[in-house]
Amino acid sequence: MSAIKAKHQRLVLLVIALAALIGAGLLAAWALSKQASYFYVPSDLMAHPPEQGRAVRLGGMVQRGSIKTMPDGVTITFVVGDGKATVPVRYAGITPDLFVEGSGVVAEGRMEGKTFVADNLLAKHDEKYVPREMKDMTEGQAKAVVAETK
Amino acid sequence: MIAELGLAILWMAAALAVLQLVAGALALRPQGAAMLGVVRPVAVMQGILVALAFAALITLFVTTDLSVKLVAENSHSAKPLIFKIAGTWGNHEGSMLLWVTIMSLAGGFVALVERRLPEKTLMATLAAQAFVSLGFYAFLLLASNPFARLPQPAPEGAGLNPLLQDIGLAFHPPTLYVGYVGLSIAFSFAVGALITRDVGPAFARAMRPWVLGAWIFLTIGITAGSYWAYYTLGWGGWWFWDPVENASLMPWLAATALLHSVSVLAARNALRAWTVMLGVIAFSMSMVGTFLVRSGILTSVHAFAVDPARGSFILALLAIYIGGALLLFALRASTVTEGARFAFVSREAALVFNNVMLCGILGIVLLGTLYPLLTEAFGVKVSVGPPYFNPVAAIFAFPMFVVMAVGPLLRWKDDRGGRIAPILAVPALVAIAAGGAAFVAGVRVLPALGLALGAGLAIASLLPLRGRNLRRTPLPIWGMVIAHLGIAVAALGMASESAFSTETLAALNPGETRQVGPYALTLDRIDPVAGPNWTALQATVSARYDGGDATVLLPQARVFANPPGTRTESALKTRWNGQLYVVLGEEGQDGRWQMRFWWKPFVPLIWLGGLLVGLGGLLALIGRVARDVKRLVAVDKIAFRRERQGR
Repeated sequence: MSAIKAKHQRLVLLVIALAALIGAGLLAAWALSKQASYFYVPSDLMAHPPEQGRAVRLGGMVQRGSIKTMPDGVTITFVVGDGKATVPVRYAGITPDLFVEGSGVVAEGRMEGKTFVADNLLAKHDEKYVPREMKDMTEGQAKAVVAETK
Repeated sequence: MIAELGLAILWMAAALAVLQLVAGALALRPQGAAMLGVVRPVAVMQGILVALAFAALITLFVTTDLSVKLVAENSHSAKPLIFKIAGTWGNHEGSMLLWVTIMSLAGGFVALVERRLPEKTLMATLAAQAFVSLGFYAFLLLASNPFARLPQPAPEGAGLNPLLQDIGLAFHPPTLYVGYVGLSIAFSFAVGALITRDVGPAFARAMRPWVLGAWIFLTIGITAGSYWAYYTLGWGGWWFWDPVENASLMPWLAATALLHSVSVLAARNALRAWTVMLGVIAFSMSMVGTFLVRSGILTSVHAFAVDPARGSFILALLAIYIGGALLLFALRASTVTEGARFAFVSREAALVFNNVMLCGILGIVLLGTLYPLLTEAFGVKVSVGPPYFNPVAAIFAFPMFVVMAVGPLLRWKDDRGGRIAPILAVPALVAIAAGGAAFVAGVRVLPALGLALGAGLAIASLLPLRGRNLRRTPLPIWGMVIAHLGIAVAALGMASESAFSTETLAALNPGETRQVGPYALTLDRIDPVAGPNWTALQATVSARYDGGDATVLLPQARVFANPPGTRTESALKTRWNGQLYVVLGEEGQDGRWQMRFWWKPFVPLIWLGGLLVGLGGLLALIGRVARDVKRLVAVDKIAFRRERQGR
């Protein structure tokens, strides 16, 4: 190790640490812009469709009479709407307990063709646990939806 | 009566914290010697009083005193005793009282046993600890009084969220809290040392056991929490990058970095300012976590109630403590003289590299956790999940694993890479072979790298023991080896789970069979069953491994009445080479039952690894404390002899 380096070791370490942390920050910013999953309501999804296969979240009301079970017994299709537009959704798995027609749902998944394929469904769990996106929805859009579907 | 008593005791404890702060600060003045004797007993007394207040709250929950608001809102007379007790901290107010209790007990414990620090630094430390506690006393007494009464006693309690009615609640939160709050001691040590400008090896040796202790609890708490989420949620995942999970991971990352830099400071008197800075950051991360969880700005199973006022209160505390500590650091850092130097190939350098990597991971987790809040301020709703966290964390974790394999073999101060290269040939070859095999088997990049590095690190972590007499190897060395091995084991489990898990989702009639991995699973029947405060549908599933004898698994779908709620109770079958995971879903309209099966090869290694890391920490702690005690006894003996000779 050269004498000059030794003299300024603290400075050198500081610069390396800062460079690493700034690098981490930039990497995080870049990855977040690529990987963050945006939240859509059906009318947004129709107006500005996300690219195919990109992970997004879709929130809305499950339309009455729309839940259908496929012959395999575990794949379901249903329609999510927000009063202005509707999106067909497909999901294979065990549904959350409070997933029923006429109530709100947030689906995590991606667009495949014209269908939203969900990996995971979040329903209202109990009074104390509501998916963040659904709190706004139940006030504004949801009322319109419920009125419409009644 | 008990509620009023508890509240009064809590106020008294808060008053003692004021006294501790003032007396501790006065003791720092040149003429403050009179105060020296006051601070320690006050700190101990304060710890005892808060523990009494907490005991009062537990009593209220055990007797289900429904005139107390908190009990009425969160408990129920028909709840099993263990959940009545654990329910004490299964809510906002109770968990904050637990926080303050642990904080004050830890402060009292420091006052009781700490003998290494110079008296003035200890006074500054205890004053800082009292200052931090006071903020939380204020929060508790002014914004979240756990002892508040109802105007009319409730006829019955509202009960506890079914997801929390699990034995995990009894252990997971207290363990994590001891870890979070234990870091407040590190914080107070750092502040104390900055005040008295006394940062050196003695300070590091005094601080190390406290950091080690907090870190052990965090490690165990996170490991247990991960397993709890894995088996109660019924989703088959063991880590969801949920904000609350991240809130526990961030202090752990900072504490891990701190633990290693404290060791460098103790052994080599280097990294002085850096260690103090990490002490501040580690507890700051605990408080950021509390803020995220308790403020209600993030919704999660962990967020008890949405109350903006409380969020602002914690945010203010956060600003005062972190801002104050950073300001103190900025003012004093230049007076912390530079420590001993080291070469770029040395054990110090390896530890610095991994410190930076840990801080890098900490940074990306923090940014990923806060990003949804930032975008929401601009009206854009996003969520950030595994597609962000996994690869970005791996970019830092993988180089760190490589350096973890090398670092412990390097000498302090200065070394040559050529000296240790031959020793590392074996783990390097193992890593290449494992990675190559995974690649040929078609495993994706991240898990394949994880398998390669995990296998290599598992062997390399044992190398510091070579050429040693195992029976005479000091415990801290064993601790390091076992903890590093634990990281490798956990990495292997994670990579294996990600690479080789198989899943079957099916609707079954009783009598039907499905295959998942090596298991053939038959749904025998569905029965109704009842527990103390729930009813359930229970599936009887026969599992045959590779055509062998049947093992019976009993997954349930439970329905709770108070409060109304449901919970899937998954059934697990653990073998040496993996775990079978069975979940019962709903009955379809055609009478078939939805079932979900997973075969997860080597998944238990994740938690086994976590426990090994904790065990390693424990061995190191025992080794350090035993040495301290021996030293103290020796010092006392010498002093005693001198006294007698003097006579």
